[in-house]
Amino acid sequence: MTAEQPLLKVSNLSRFYGGRIGCLDVSFDLWPGEVLAIVGESGSGKTTLLNCVSSRLQAQAGRVEYRMRDGRLRALSDMGEAERRFLMRTDWGFVHQNPADGLRMTVSAGANVGERLMAVGARHYGHIRETAVDWLQRVEINTDRVDDPPRAFSGGMRQRLQIARNLVTAPRLVFMDEPTGGLDVSVQARLLDLLRGLVSDLGLAVILVTHDLAVARLLSHRMMVMKDGRVIEAGLTDRVLDDPREPYTQLLVSSILQV
Amino acid sequence: MSAIEGIARTNFAYLDEQTKRMIRRAILKAIAIPGYQVPFASREMPMPYGWGTGGVQVTAAIIGPEDRLKVIDQGADDTTNAVSIRAFFEKVANVAVTTHTRDATIIQTRHRIPEAPLSEGQVLVYQVPIPEPLRFLEPRETETRMMHALEEYGLMHVKLYEDIARNGHIATTYAYPVQVAGRYVMDPSPIPKFDNPKMDRSPALQLFGAGREKRIYAVPPFTEVKSLDFEDHPFTIQRFDKPCALCGSTHSYLDEVVLDDRGGRMFVCSDTDFCEERREAGHVGPLGVPA
Repeated sequence: MTAEQPLLKVSNLSRFYGGRIGCLDVSFDLWPGEVLAIVGESGSGKTTLLNCVSSRLQAQAGRVEYRMRDGRLRALSDMGEAERRFLMRTDWGFVHQNPADGLRMTVSAGANVGERLMAVGARHYGHIRETAVDWLQRVEINTDRVDDPPRAFSGGMRQRLQIARNLVTAPRLVFMDEPTGGLDVSVQARLLDLLRGLVSDLGLAVILVTHDLAVARLLSHRMMVMKDGRVIEAGLTDRVLDDPREPYTQLLVSSILQV
Repeated sequence: MSAIEGIARTNFAYLDEQTKRMIRRAILKAIAIPGYQVPFASREMPMPYGWGTGGVQVTAAIIGPEDRLKVIDQGADDTTNAVSIRAFFEKVANVAVTTHTRDATIIQTRHRIPEAPLSEGQVLVYQVPIPEPLRFLEPRETETRMMHALEEYGLMHVKLYEDIARNGHIATTYAYPVQVAGRYVMDPSPIPKFDNPKMDRSPALQLFGAGREKRIYAVPPFTEVKSLDFEDHPFTIQRFDKPCALCGSTHSYLDEVVLDDRGGRMFVCSDTDFCEERREAGHVGPLGVPA
């Protein structure tokens, strides 16, 4: 976490939807192995920001730079489409809120995990399958389910499969959009446990979008609070949650349901 | 009858010259970029989509009065589709037709490549129902075009992976995807994978027309055509454990023919011209009669 150079540099990123603001003038750095949570209520521009940073959505102003494996910092906008897509399926991962968006629901779990390997040129069935089985174990899916399609999986299993599918190429940066959304609390807890383990084992840098402050507290080192497309407060997660400075953040923190 | 002569006559080979030029331009582009699907302004033809409107338009654009045309459907010269298309070109282009593979300059085909080796100067025109090999894996046309442009073909292997995972071997037996000249992945049309090796470095020009989908693509002569596979599950073609019942051939693609309602059946060459020539040359299969 104490690497000297940031992995990702975002400067003055803005995105508009017609006259409306998606996100406005957002800047931050992300260091290798760091988990950054973006929190805020729905409609605050969290997902827009995530999509702009991951180049799934075109930003209208600002720059996103990424440190490639050779150590050079490169602006995503200067890369060709081919290179950007290659980056997205090797060095990056994207975990969607709805697993159906990130998985191929009609092909088996093994093929879902193996797809990225085949996309970068793996052509040995036996090896691909071995890797797939290994990853299913790591995300706690029974290995006898390797030939079942994700349609036959529960919500929690689908989400774990989506995580395995993204991590199989050993990415350095993973984007997560509400990874625990729509799961019941016990399943959520196990998934968070798993994510926390994987993140620290693999030294992943993560940008995590969530509206759930508990998730942010568990997973993230640093946190940004968004409101109306702007970042209103940023800092270490514990600091922001224990000592919120902005009135809106205070409201957000005090709205957590205490059981 | 004489009153309408000179008025209601179709142009040579049915299509007007402007349309033929448009199709020829698409064909030239397709030959220049082997395996790439070139969009073209497919016309209404006097037959339904799915009956070979793409192939017919390609043939109409390249045929000349000197050509000799052969049309096959599943290898046979005497099936409805083949007979109709042959009759169509006899009528609208007044060209010579033949059933002999060796004598033909243009061979329009559905679902087969003739068994007899093709030679330089011959053109094989395929009728193609769905030109996009990635279609059933990725429904969006914008996305599949992007995948071709960026050579993102990992998904094609996902399909083959699924085959092996479910059946223990690659169970795709027809329309088996190929990579042309090391670049574009192409659907060879629904020919059996038995015929795939014949496409590789074929001396004949191979043209593919998809009328409903409005695409033309091509494999120029002597171009490498490689069937996709895995290192530990290499591409293989179908083998038959019996020879052709009529001509005794052991190296041709066989059709199953049901003989009665008591389970009687025989296997015969699907290429009728090939089978006939062998029988004329004196070969006899288990159920055949000497010629």
